[in-house]
Amino acid sequence: MSSLSLIIKREFTAKVRNKSFIVMTFLSPLLVVAMGALIGYLASLNGSEKVKIAIYDPSAVLKEEFKSTDKTEYTDLSGLSLTAAKEKASVDYEGLIYVPKVDSLGQLATKVEYLSNESPNLDFVSGIEDVINEKLTKNNLKTLGFDYYKIEKAKTDASVHLSKFSGEETFKEASIIKIVIGGLSGYLIMMFVIIYGNMVMRSVIEEKTNRIIEIIISSVKPFQLMMGKIIGTSLAGILQFIIWSILGLGLFFVLSTIFNVEMGSAATATPQGAQASAEAMQGINIYLSELWKLPLLTIFISFIVYFIGGYFLYSSLYAAIGAAVDSETDSQQFLLPIIMPLMLGVYVGFFTVISDPHGTVATVFSMIPLTSPIVMLMRVPFGVPLWQLALSVAILFATFFFVVWFAAKIYRIGILMYGKKPTYKEIFKWLKY
Amino acid sequence: MEPILEVKNVVKQYGDYTALNSVSLQVPRGSIYGLLGPNGAGKTSLIRIINQITMPDSGEVFLDGEKLNPSHVSNIGYMPEERGLYKSMKVGEQALYLAQLKGLSKKEAKAQLDYWFQKLEITGWWNKKIQELSKGMAQKIQFVVTVLHQPKLLIFDEPFSGFDPVNANLIKDEILALRDKGTTIIFSTHRMESVEEMCDHIALIHQSNKLIEGPLHEVKKQYRTNTFEVGILGTNNHQITGELGQKYQVAAANFKTLDDELKLQVTLPEGTSSRQLLNDLIQKGDVTYFVEKIPSVNDIFIQTVSKK
Repeated sequence: MSSLSLIIKREFTAKVRNKSFIVMTFLSPLLVVAMGALIGYLASLNGSEKVKIAIYDPSAVLKEEFKSTDKTEYTDLSGLSLTAAKEKASVDYEGLIYVPKVDSLGQLATKVEYLSNESPNLDFVSGIEDVINEKLTKNNLKTLGFDYYKIEKAKTDASVHLSKFSGEETFKEASIIKIVIGGLSGYLIMMFVIIYGNMVMRSVIEEKTNRIIEIIISSVKPFQLMMGKIIGTSLAGILQFIIWSILGLGLFFVLSTIFNVEMGSAATATPQGAQASAEAMQGINIYLSELWKLPLLTIFISFIVYFIGGYFLYSSLYAAIGAAVDSETDSQQFLLPIIMPLMLGVYVGFFTVISDPHGTVATVFSMIPLTSPIVMLMRVPFGVPLWQLALSVAILFATFFFVVWFAAKIYRIGILMYGKKPTYKEIFKWLKY
Repeated sequence: MEPILEVKNVVKQYGDYTALNSVSLQVPRGSIYGLLGPNGAGKTSLIRIINQITMPDSGEVFLDGEKLNPSHVSNIGYMPEERGLYKSMKVGEQALYLAQLKGLSKKEAKAQLDYWFQKLEITGWWNKKIQELSKGMAQKIQFVVTVLHQPKLLIFDEPFSGFDPVNANLIKDEILALRDKGTTIIFSTHRMESVEEMCDHIALIHQSNKLIEGPLHEVKKQYRTNTFEVGILGTNNHQITGELGQKYQVAAANFKTLDDELKLQVTLPEGTSSRQLLNDLIQKGDVTYFVEKIPSVNDIFIQTVSKK
């Protein structure tokens, strides 16, 4: 066996046998699911609380318009004096809608007040405004001689049918799926680069502090050792990703079957429940079928390609840092410039790709090699022209070769340097040795 | 006989600092070669070049008459001063891995390991992790890993540090046994007594330059001062000292004898033979002690290093 494959094998087994790897691989999908469930549960808790609102409307122009629902309960306090109503509302109610007496209805547009202890959320306020607007509009239409209900009837609700030139049908829901899948893969790449890059760095530091480095490089070239380490660790990462993909697909199938079963059983129980769950089912079905329509294979392959490219690029930098320092605590100063472009990639991804996946900013950042693995992966679900993918991958790998060459030089010198933490200036000098 | 290792005019610079200034060495086949020098003299730089860890800026190194190349990795075994093994890796796996990196097949490596583990009585350690072993135990593994691939040339940097006397002796015997089988051994050490005891050739590097090189006895001859330690049983010690002092350089000496005789250290002027001194001494009384004072490696080391 060649030295390189021996090193790869050792690094791979050392990573995979590590307890934390096993725990991470099998526990983190569970954690993700558990977190999702928890967030869903908390959100549902939040929604079930009833909000109590008081209304003070002595002239009774608006109070009939506020109708209590599951979530909000309106109580009329118009029988009290204004001060008493305010006092009572501040203690027993979330807030008070105060409709002053007005000469003409039109003045209500600016006269209604909402009093509360805490500032209300925007949705709630615009809800109140909607009620007022509707009332005033109706009134205006009436004075102008129009029949409100006829106008309502005349309104239409259009829905544009989305499809691609290639003939595939798409739904609006698909965008959400694409954002989720793209965002998830981009984020995952960042996490992978950071986690596995750190692993490479730690393994370099370990060899350095163990002093085994001198024995190893009396047998193999430092470059071989560095590459073996990077490749071996990346294989462990790819294995983890494949396991996660399989678990994810498994979960996906299980979910599909569970929802089918539930619809069947609910139908026999109550017709009303059946209808509700059928609606929910239809929603989920749309998402599931949209998920299948995504270029899953392209996403999977791009993930692997960008993972390899991005990971190699970054982890050779991590390896160089590991070689330059004596301990992990010394590495912080050098890690910052590495983390920054990764964070930038994620932010650019979340803010620009989602609003405009094929805009200039998104396209440019999906070409810059330090951010392209993240940004491009976020764009892939939206469909990226092949030439852009090819160009971006080519730039990424070209940069990768340059960076590896650069990192190898630092690595070669750094692993034999002990003692004081080098400065950027000294590291730059090593390049010339 | 052709030397096994020849270093020719090797120069190594780190930035502005010269670590090796045109150093040349010849290590004879089958010798135990002591590479001496104070801290920072350039020993480690030289050893790293021989191990191809770093490249010389100029100059050449020949192993067995061939210019040093990557295939020679399997011919050299190196134990650095700072010992190191993977702490969380099992002893057996680790030794196999390191041996395979040196070019052994897995089968050969396994056979050699079995041999050494039995010889050093450490067979039970195969599945232990290094972090579970004591420092001395780890050192034994380190030794096995160094010699496992049966290299022609072994380089030990401070081989005995970290061993208790029992294990140090064990390792010393193994090193001598390897030498008897034809392996050439380079020692880099500060422990002069082990140089005195084991080395047959030495070289001294100081401030990036080689100052001394040769067989140990030749070097000692060069540094002999024609000084003798003598013991005389005479009647008047004061008179004897005075008379000898006219012809020779005389100083008081201290060595162990049975009687309470006059103990002197006598240095002969150039061209005077020891026979003449002995003749003079016999005139003064009974000569009970007459030994040439041979410079120790320690003396040579200190003398050379402080002279510069």
